[in-house]
Formats: sequence, C-alpha cells, structure tokens
Amino acid sequence: MGAQLRVYKRRIRSVTATKKITKAMEMIAASRVVKAQRKVAASTPYATELTRAVTAVSTGANDKHPLTTEVENPTRAAVLLLTSDRGLAGAFNSNAIKSAEQLTEKLQAEGKQVDTYIVGRRGIAHYNFRERKIAGEWTGFTDEPSYADAKAVAGPLIEAIEKDTAEGGVDELHIVYTEFVSMMTQNAVESRLLPLSLDEVAEEAGTKDEIRPLYDFEPSGQDVLDALLPRYVESRIYNALLQSAASKHAATRRAMKSATDNAGELINNLSRLANAARQAEITQEISEIVGGASALADATAGSDK
Amino acid sequence: MAAELHVELVAADRQVWSGEATLVVARTTSGDIGVMPGHQPLLGVLESGPVMIRTTSAEAGTIVAAVHGGFVSFADNKLSLLAETVEMADEIDVQRAERALERAKSEADAAAERRADVRLRAVAAR
Repeated sequence: MGAQLRVYKRRIRSVTATKKITKAMEMIAASRVVKAQRKVAASTPYATELTRAVTAVSTGANDKHPLTTEVENPTRAAVLLLTSDRGLAGAFNSNAIKSAEQLTEKLQAEGKQVDTYIVGRRGIAHYNFRERKIAGEWTGFTDEPSYADAKAVAGPLIEAIEKDTAEGGVDELHIVYTEFVSMMTQNAVESRLLPLSLDEVAEEAGTKDEIRPLYDFEPSGQDVLDALLPRYVESRIYNALLQSAASKHAATRRAMKSATDNAGELINNLSRLANAARQAEITQEISEIVGGASALADATAGSDK
Repeated sequence: MAAELHVELVAADRQVWSGEATLVVARTTSGDIGVMPGHQPLLGVLESGPVMIRTTSAEAGTIVAAVHGGFVSFADNKLSLLAETVEMADEIDVQRAERALERAKSEADAAAERRADVRLRAVAAR
C-alpha cells in the first residue's frame, strides 16, 4: 500500500473515532435536555404560586419594604451570572458572558459599582483570566441543580441586599442566564430581581388585570413579606439555574450534532481521496507492468536479430 | 357557599398533592389555623409542622403532610400550601426519621433535629 493511501486510511480511522464520541455526546445531551425540561416544568407550580403571593402582598400591604422600593440613588448593584462548568456547548457560555458584560457596562455608565457573582467554572475562568474581581462563585452543580444549590447561591445575595450600601451591601440585584425557549432557541437574558418591579411580576403571574382579593395577613403584611421575598429570590434563582442547565444541554446537543455531521462529511471526502489514491496507484502499477513488458519485448525482439 | 375547596400542596421542585378538601388545618407563626370553604382571603407564614387536609373523597380520607416552613395562601376557594420541602406522612420512613432524630440530637444539629421532629409529628398525627 502506498504512503499516500496509508495516510488517508489513518485519518479516516481517527475521524471515525471522533465521530463516535461526538455522536454519543449528542445523544447523552439530548436525553439530559428532556430531563432538565421536566425539572423546569416540575418547579413551575411553586414559582407561580410564590409569584402570585408576592404580588398579593406587595400590592395588598401598604408597608414599604426595602426589597420592593427603589432606592433614590442606587450606587451599588450585584450581577449574578449563570454559566456552565463544562464547555463543548457552542456559543452558550460566551453569549451569557457577553450579555453580563453589556449589563455591567450599562450599570457602570449609570454610575453604579458592580459586584459580580458567578455560577459555573466557565464564567469564573473567563473573569479570572482577565483578573476581574468576583464577589462570589459556585461550581459543581450546573448540570443538575437542586433547590439546595439555589439556596446556597441565593444566601449571600440576599445578605448583600439586606446590608446597608455603606457597609458593602447592594441596592439592586440583576441576574443573567440563558432562557430555554425551545430545543433550537436559547437566549441569554438579563433581568432585575430586586427591587421588585410589580408590573413585571404581575405580568409573569398572569394576573395583571385580575382584581386581587383583599388578603388577611397572618401574622402581618410586613412579616409575610419578610419571609416571602427571600423565598421568591431563591425560587427565581432556582428556575434560572434549571433553565440554564436545560439550555446548556440543548446547546451541547446542537454543537455535537454539527460536529458529527462535519465528521461524516470529512469521512466522505477522505474516502473519495483514498479511493482516488488507490486508483492512481493501480493505474501506475499497470502502466509500470505494461511499460516493463513492452521494454522487455523490445529488448528480446532486438536480441533475436 | 361551596362545600369544598381546592388544595394545592406544592414543594419547590414538585407538586406533591392537589385535590378537593373540606378542611385544612395548618400551623402559622401565630398559631394553628383552620381553613374551610369560603374563608376570607388569607396569606400566612407557616411554621414547620404537620398539615392536616380532610379530603372530600372517602378513600383518601384525611391526609397529613410534613411541611418544613413555607406559606399558606387562600383566595377564591383555592388554597395553596407552599414549602421548600413537603412530605406526605405515608411517604415518611419512621425508623429512618427516628434514627435521624437521635443522630441530630447527639450532634446537636438543631436544623436536622427540627426536620426529623416534624416528620415524626406528621406520622403521629396521621
């Protein structure tokens, strides 16, 4: 076998192995998307009920709560960025990071100091490489987040927002995550969690135009709100974590699908080239034999005379 | 007045139970509260403890669930019980809860002790 042909054969073997791997990763990601989607759906009733309750209290109770009123001159804001621990997901992480950077720039242009909190090794690596300060970081659960993880993330954030701004607290809490629209579409979105904007919350709960009942608060509106808001933040973060996980798996699936397709195409091209090389080799051998035979024939014909 | 109310028992990561009931008794921070159909709209903070739901169907009877913190809200004859963790009394493994209680006591882990205690109380109330 000629050297050329051997090189092609070797490359085909290696690409075939890669294709098998990407195909397997594609299928794993596909099954995980379904699982993650199911988790998003399972967490929805809690989130809806909680949102409904928050709307009810904050419109029903007249008390002003620090978490629902906007500070006149917000000077510090926290941005929570959700990325994934692992790559191989196309533009998933870079989109989220880009979106967080745009938000940070916008907030800084408004004269606010920004504290960045990051979930996922990818985002942390990106910020560390640029030697930017990270106020808080979490890793290890981005593929399958549990409610306890959301609580762990929400804890320091709630603490920061409850502190006075002068003592290192923040006035606003923003979250950047990747929204799961469908298998094919995932968007990096940013939203302000706190202070609450009631119109948005009401819209989300689908109760914008509904007449809300006059609630009786037990023990008091203020106490209910005190207990409710941290849970609300936790549940929003939990939902964002789940959507982000589902989006990551969908992005991985898509990236791996195109990798598999590319590998297939590459194998096709390489086998064509290998065929051509083999054919060329055979043709050459034949012409060598024919040439040799005729040279031999000429030589013997000459010696006969 | 409707003779039954709709109950949704929801945990952070799943819907635990939903159905019709005639009476729901839960413990809020200011004391036990019983909600019957047609109650005034209510929103309260729950204490960790058992919640009793008297259902309308004969075979389900009265069900008890261990609720670890959370909220109760009632409006338009719809009652929602929200908590981070909700366990039905018949899902609770008594022996495991007892072991957990002892372990929590010896390790002086207040949160774990409270959780195990709530579970056992829910089983006892069944």
